[in-house]
Amino acid sequence: MSEERQQRRIRVLIAKPGLDGHDVGAKLVSRALMDAGMEVIYTGLRQAPEAIARAAMEEAVDVVGLSVLSGAHLPLCRKVKQALEDRRLFGEVLWIVGGNVPRGDHAELRALGVDGVFPTGTPFEEIARFIQDKVPA
Amino acid sequence: MPPLFWESGLEVKPVYTATDLEASGGTGRIGLPGEYPFTRGIHPQMYRRRPFTMRQYSGFGTAAETHERFLYLIKHGQTGLNVAFDLPTQCGLDSDDPMAEAEVGRVGMAVDSLADMEEAFADIDLNEITVSLTINGAAVPIMAMYFAMARKRGFELASLRGTAQNDILKEFIGRGTWIFPVEPSIKLIGDTMEYCAKNVPKYSPVSVCGYHVRESGANPAQEMAYGLAIACAYLDHALARGLDANRVARGITFNFDIHGNLWEQVAKFRAGRRLWARLLRERYGVDDPRAMQLRMIAGGGGGGLTIQQPENNIVRGAYYALASALSGTQTMALCSYDEAYTIPSEHAARLSLRTMQILIHEVGLCDTVDPLAGSYFVESTTNEMERRIEALMAELDAQGGIVKGVAEGRVQAAVNRQAYELERKLHSGEIKKVGVNVYEEEEEEREVELHPYRETEARRQVERLNRVRRERDGAAADRLLERVRQAARAGENVMPSVIDAVEAYATVGEVCAVLREVYGTYQEPVRF
Repeated sequence: MSEERQQRRIRVLIAKPGLDGHDVGAKLVSRALMDAGMEVIYTGLRQAPEAIARAAMEEAVDVVGLSVLSGAHLPLCRKVKQALEDRRLFGEVLWIVGGNVPRGDHAELRALGVDGVFPTGTPFEEIARFIQDKVPA
Repeated sequence: MPPLFWESGLEVKPVYTATDLEASGGTGRIGLPGEYPFTRGIHPQMYRRRPFTMRQYSGFGTAAETHERFLYLIKHGQTGLNVAFDLPTQCGLDSDDPMAEAEVGRVGMAVDSLADMEEAFADIDLNEITVSLTINGAAVPIMAMYFAMARKRGFELASLRGTAQNDILKEFIGRGTWIFPVEPSIKLIGDTMEYCAKNVPKYSPVSVCGYHVRESGANPAQEMAYGLAIACAYLDHALARGLDANRVARGITFNFDIHGNLWEQVAKFRAGRRLWARLLRERYGVDDPRAMQLRMIAGGGGGGLTIQQPENNIVRGAYYALASALSGTQTMALCSYDEAYTIPSEHAARLSLRTMQILIHEVGLCDTVDPLAGSYFVESTTNEMERRIEALMAELDAQGGIVKGVAEGRVQAAVNRQAYELERKLHSGEIKKVGVNVYEEEEEEREVELHPYRETEARRQVERLNRVRRERDGAAADRLLERVRQAARAGENVMPSVIDAVEAYATVGEVCAVLREVYGTYQEPVRF
């Protein structure tokens, strides 16, 4: 870890878009990233895409992480992409997605602009390392 | 030899003897099956008289598609139905709500109006096949629709059986389909309890779900302790409204989770059954033995299943079913082996059903009641588990009770911390999981038959909703919704007015919008 990074903590927004109420994973990842030295803002359930983009802006985060277990990840990510674009955050923040995401959908998510997909079962260290590698110190 | 602990914290010895059993509290409170304190089960002859009900959780797409799956399951020998609703329905939103987009019919059946309820259960004999509605935040309009549908079909409410999940406290702790703030949510559950006690006496308006608390990270002892504490909270509320404890307690059933150590599950259920009976008798003065019986669905939980090597989940499911039968459950359901990926395919759902049928017909699980009774080990750990659950409940009470703990977010935070701890232990290998942290394999990209989500069905549901709105007597629906508003404002029981409104084809979203106006919306306390 570089010295600069120790001075400036990476800021992460973890959000639950849509209506899915399964938040164990989102909260576990939030805690794991905190333990990895990041600042984490967790939005709580049922966030509209616009609300997620707004929170990302207001909190000036480096990373936006979405957790979806309902299977609605593709349509929800399309809407979140639009909302991030509207706030000129798309491409500026690191965008990651986790949850019940079948492998067959990973390519489509990447094509949408998702930087990393971490399906259920991914070790937390892998997510933390991915963020630390990608977010400029 | 290093000491061995169960997830619940109980230390397990390598050998149990009569001395251990005596030291744990002895055999004095085992009793007989069907008799207080029901350690050995709630019926004298249990599965010899009638095997457990098989009730797989199912529902997706529109009512028409779900109806087809129901018929399929019944044809293959399923003896009850357990209805899955989609997320908009569970959150009290109509299918055309902007928040419902992309979610209609995805994880369960979409229900907007009575028309959907009618179609889902068409031609199914509701006396023969009992129906369990997995609905919580939106339980009031959905139960109202179920009763309206049954009545319209000619079934007497006075003899109608069935169950609604209707446990909002665990939704705040784990599953997240809340709508209203904590206090009015409990008031609404009280409305359903009161309505059923007076009008649908054989119906269980509440099925308390330790299941989802466990799935959120609680250990088995906590699962039972939180479950019983939640049941007490609803009972306290009902009694404060002047309802009769004997009557109301008969309407409370339970839904518990099975995964992990088999013996720990058995001890949890036998201890929980005994403790619940004692609580009702000693704390609530209940004297009707039927009201003291802990009736439950106990099924194989998704939390035990893995994405890795999914066929292993078939084996796990069979062991969970075994644990459930050895624990004296009334109803069983198993998460299917593909459930870590998708909602179950027809093939996977049938395999779960066959697993339970093999237990009934081939393995001898129904031969005799509570076959583990009298074992030094099982009775010792049952005694110890009972003490542990009771201590956890006392701790909750000392902190101001479960309702306050949930409203302040403390219970959620405690469960989350535990989930994190469990995850850490899985990661370090302290807890073993086959295919995950031992015997891992490089797995090929596998073709999993995923249940398809059909946009066309979602569009059809919205069209159907529009047609219902067009064809109903709009003025009557408005007038009846206004009556719901007045009842809610006046603090009256809203069930009668909601039943009238849904009979006039007022929708789930419309009823919930009125209730939201009066009660407000829950604000999630986010704590770590």
